[in-house]
Amino acid sequence: MSPAVRLLAALLAGGLFGGGLALSGMINPAIVLGFLDIAGGQWNPNLAAVMIAAIPVAAGLFYLARLTRPANQVPSTPKRQIDWKLIVGAALFGIGWGLAGICPGPALVDVTIDGRFLVFALPMIVGLALGNRLRA
Amino acid sequence: MIWNETGFLNALLGGAMIGAAAGLFFWINGRIAGISGMTASLLTRWSFDTVEKAAFLIGLPLGAFLFRQLGSDTPLTVNASPATLAMAGLLVGFGARLGNGCTSGHGVCGLARLSPNSIVATAVFMSAAMACVAIRSFL
Repeated sequence: MSPAVRLLAALLAGGLFGGGLALSGMINPAIVLGFLDIAGGQWNPNLAAVMIAAIPVAAGLFYLARLTRPANQVPSTPKRQIDWKLIVGAALFGIGWGLAGICPGPALVDVTIDGRFLVFALPMIVGLALGNRLRA
Repeated sequence: MIWNETGFLNALLGGAMIGAAAGLFFWINGRIAGISGMTASLLTRWSFDTVEKAAFLIGLPLGAFLFRQLGSDTPLTVNASPATLAMAGLLVGFGARLGNGCTSGHGVCGLARLSPNSIVATAVFMSAAMACVAIRSFL
């Protein structure tokens, strides 16, 4: 595929993803925290529907991609490698997500809506850069 | 418990869009829609791959802007203090990079292809996030 087609496809896929984040409520920290608050009296389970819908749709398209494209043109599933970096990284990520109710995709959307989110997004970029160093 | 049909249906449709976007990105571009990994790669040396990832990331706010006009245009509420937000951002970025993925890469793409790494990572970050919220509500 030509580079222009690839870039357009990437932009449209990103747009569809961002539209899904906005429609679902994922970009709103209060809704996310309401979903994570399973023990509280105000638990809002709606966001479970995001994963319930996203996973089978993605799985179906991954399957079709593997059927229709040569194996070297779609990413293969990584080998099982469950080490301390995966566990500690996921735990730290989860704590941060639970503190603010914001994960990376919504962070990139929210900063374009309200500049206050830079207080979250800029340290996030610093964290990504630090993580890059540790992985290298 | 708070449950409402509109919120549930919006989440279901939004989730289907997220899954479709991740699936198409995989199919057409041959890439995993992992947002933390793609954002982190913008901080390294640029190539065509990086431009392709940047195109996806630029699409995020554009698509969100369009869909916010379609009804679910509720104001974004943040209750955390700036210091908490800054700490949270640092943990989210660093943790996602160290653990090789976040809610999109592990939680959607990884689970959709039954990656053992992603199943473990998702279980860990969901538990950690829920525990964090529960502990804070007692403090």
